[in-house]
Amino acid sequence: MSKIHLTINGLPVEADKGMTIVDAAKIVNITIPTLCHLNIHDIKMVNRTASCRVCLVEVKGRRNLAPACATEVVEGMEVRTDTLRAVKARRTMVELLLSDHPTDCLVCERNQNCQLQKIAAELGIRKIKYEGVRSNHTKDSTSDALYRNPDKCIKCRRCETMCNEVQTVGIYSAVQKGFETIVSPAFGLPMVDTQCVYCGQCTQVCPTAALTEVSHIAKVWEVLADEDLHVVVQTAPSIRVTLGEKYDMPPGEDVTGKMVAALRRLGFDKVFDTNFGADVTIVEEANEFIERLKNGGRMPILTSCCPSWVKFIEHQFPNLIDIPSSCKSPHMILGVLSKTYYAEKYNIDPKKIIMVSIMPCIAKKYEVTREELTNNGLRNVDHVITTRELIGMLSEAGIDFKNLPDEEFDNPLGISTGAADIFGTTGGVIEAALRTAYEWMTDRELENVDFHSVRGMDGLKEASVDINGMEVKIGVAHGLGNARELLKAIEKGQAHYHAIEIMACPGGCIDGGGQPYHMGDIELVKARAAGLYKIDKGKTLRKSHTNPDVIKLYKEYLGEIGGHRAHELLHTHFKVREKI
Amino acid sequence: MGEYKVDAEKLKKLGDFIEGLEYAEGELINILREAQEMFGYLPMDVQLFIARKLGIPAAKVYGVATFYSYFTMTPRGKHVISVCLGTACFVKGADRIVEEFRKQLNIKEGTISEDGMYTLDSIRCVGACGLAPVVIVDGKVHGRVKPEDVAAIIRGINEDESGEQMLVKQNVQ
Ligand code: SF4
Ligand code: SF4
Ligand code: SF4
Ligand code: FES
Repeated sequence: MSKIHLTINGLPVEADKGMTIVDAAKIVNITIPTLCHLNIHDIKMVNRTASCRVCLVEVKGRRNLAPACATEVVEGMEVRTDTLRAVKARRTMVELLLSDHPTDCLVCERNQNCQLQKIAAELGIRKIKYEGVRSNHTKDSTSDALYRNPDKCIKCRRCETMCNEVQTVGIYSAVQKGFETIVSPAFGLPMVDTQCVYCGQCTQVCPTAALTEVSHIAKVWEVLADEDLHVVVQTAPSIRVTLGEKYDMPPGEDVTGKMVAALRRLGFDKVFDTNFGADVTIVEEANEFIERLKNGGRMPILTSCCPSWVKFIEHQFPNLIDIPSSCKSPHMILGVLSKTYYAEKYNIDPKKIIMVSIMPCIAKKYEVTREELTNNGLRNVDHVITTRELIGMLSEAGIDFKNLPDEEFDNPLGISTGAADIFGTTGGVIEAALRTAYEWMTDRELENVDFHSVRGMDGLKEASVDINGMEVKIGVAHGLGNARELLKAIEKGQAHYHAIEIMACPGGCIDGGGQPYHMGDIELVKARAAGLYKIDKGKTLRKSHTNPDVIKLYKEYLGEIGGHRAHELLHTHFKVREKI
Repeated sequence: MGEYKVDAEKLKKLGDFIEGLEYAEGELINILREAQEMFGYLPMDVQLFIARKLGIPAAKVYGVATFYSYFTMTPRGKHVISVCLGTACFVKGADRIVEEFRKQLNIKEGTISEDGMYTLDSIRCVGACGLAPVVIVDGKVHGRVKPEDVAAIIRGINEDESGEQMLVKQNVQ
């Protein structure tokens, strides 16, 4: 690659062609503040609206200051970030943003975690210089999942780029003009009336608290305080490798033991593992797959563990609505089992059982409100809180997470195999299903259970596996834009797969909308995935159908895999939805 | 997909117009202009129709429709009557004039008459306070309007209207 030579604040820099001034400055350890700019290469999220202008620098020979995030370096360029004019201009831009921003940082959900707050602190802004007319827009919590507070929006339009280009759902656009401009859904509709799938990826990239989850912390405190209720909790596969980040542990570190201990201290009566539900999902799904294959059913089968992805297909691909597996998602399966199998076994009134799910996910808040996900008149899961909300609860309760002892999940819904652990990352669900389907179809033990070709961050992945002389073709997509591509090809009859895994979030649940904010650092997400594969590798049991408690569950309670009772409790259906 | 709650025939025409364009995706503004001409305004369903036809998010269409003040999402009558409600006009009884127009044009709610012929608008001071109260009809300024003048103003509009129609007829002949 040809090199470009320039100077920044008098220092000589050798940069690559196509680099921006911001990136070139990093080479000589100069940080230029940025706010709207975001480039997450691995997931093709590039926001170059250059709207905030907090990155202004002087370029010799140019009359106007240049936005460093959007200006490419050229040979011989002389850049100054440190002139009074540049410093003042950057300050003014931030001051202008603050003039129309609520000043309630003290009670804001992004307090100490907000990029606007950070930049104001870094530039040493000590007073609000311009008192503008402050906007007062309607706050939207209609979906009970995604919370929109347009007053905190700085119009960087990162959410728009994420939703329109990466996820291709297309919810947001800048509307109106001038001071009135806001970033809004079509026709100013409340979120609940849009085709938003609540993946929450927009909350991951929003620099402020303009987009967050609807908090359900208060509801959880309330049930915990009620002596009359039997409150149980479950944790998704991915939480154990992301929770430690808040407590300065390396990303991807397995904190299962401490997490279980922490939940007991919060007052939950039983701490169960969604992973048990994941193992059940796999035996049901693998069974469904084999049945469809044998009986000439519609191919490919699609995984159905991700409620965002399910909602996406319901809105966008009505004619493919019969191809996802009818299996409920793992936490719903665990939820219904807690109110039937567990309740009966321990003689607890199911009406008194409250199931709380700790999820990486915002969509699961919406999922639990779906009417069909009830049995015997009870919701399968009552409340969902995200990893971020759990962190909030732990700090409220004053729990010293780092120094907790390791504890174990409760029986009978606490044991899981390595196949369940990898559910939290892209490729994991299909790998888990393959391990089981392979052994069932061939009656042979699968010695090497690692399917490397379905792992990693490539948006679309493929594998083919020889099962009984038949080439079984597998597809994997993560991020809904990639999923759309795959589904379009299937619709047109151009892609032929037997089984496909789709997760709405780029990278899978480890990068879920409810996970600790990654602030654009995708290496963090990769470390989380590596953490899950490490847990899997360390387990003796790595195939779902070998989980002794799952075997017991079918023997004692459910009967046959894919049988009548299993269907009644563990399966569901989908419906076509409007497209706005 | 759901039914559109607008004139199906016009919608079909709009569809044909879009299909006739070579690079429809690049012509959103042009399409919106055409649609507004057909429907008189841009109802939500028309915007949805355009979005689906072009395969772009409805939010984008709405974004463009709200950016240009030329576009409107509320129906406009064929004739626009704007009553100034600036301070000077107001103290001179502009509100009574609005009332009178409402009564005579049979506008119960909103700003448009039932037959779609008239829009009754209010505007802020137009800088003609000496003429207060001021009414602007299709761009023409009427000053020192009294409630009793309202009937004559409406008659004026209607006369223009039939004159126009005659003109059209003559042209056809
Ligand atoms: S939650 Fe997902 S689908 Fe909904 S607006 Fe955000 S990015 Fe788009
Ligand atoms: S909602 Fe957040 S991400 Fe979207 S434009 Fe506003 S500040 Fe930016
Ligand atoms: S990929 Fe995981 S975190 Fe993301 S929406 Fe789907 S289930 Fe939720
Ligand atoms: S960061 Fe450069 S314009 Fe916003």
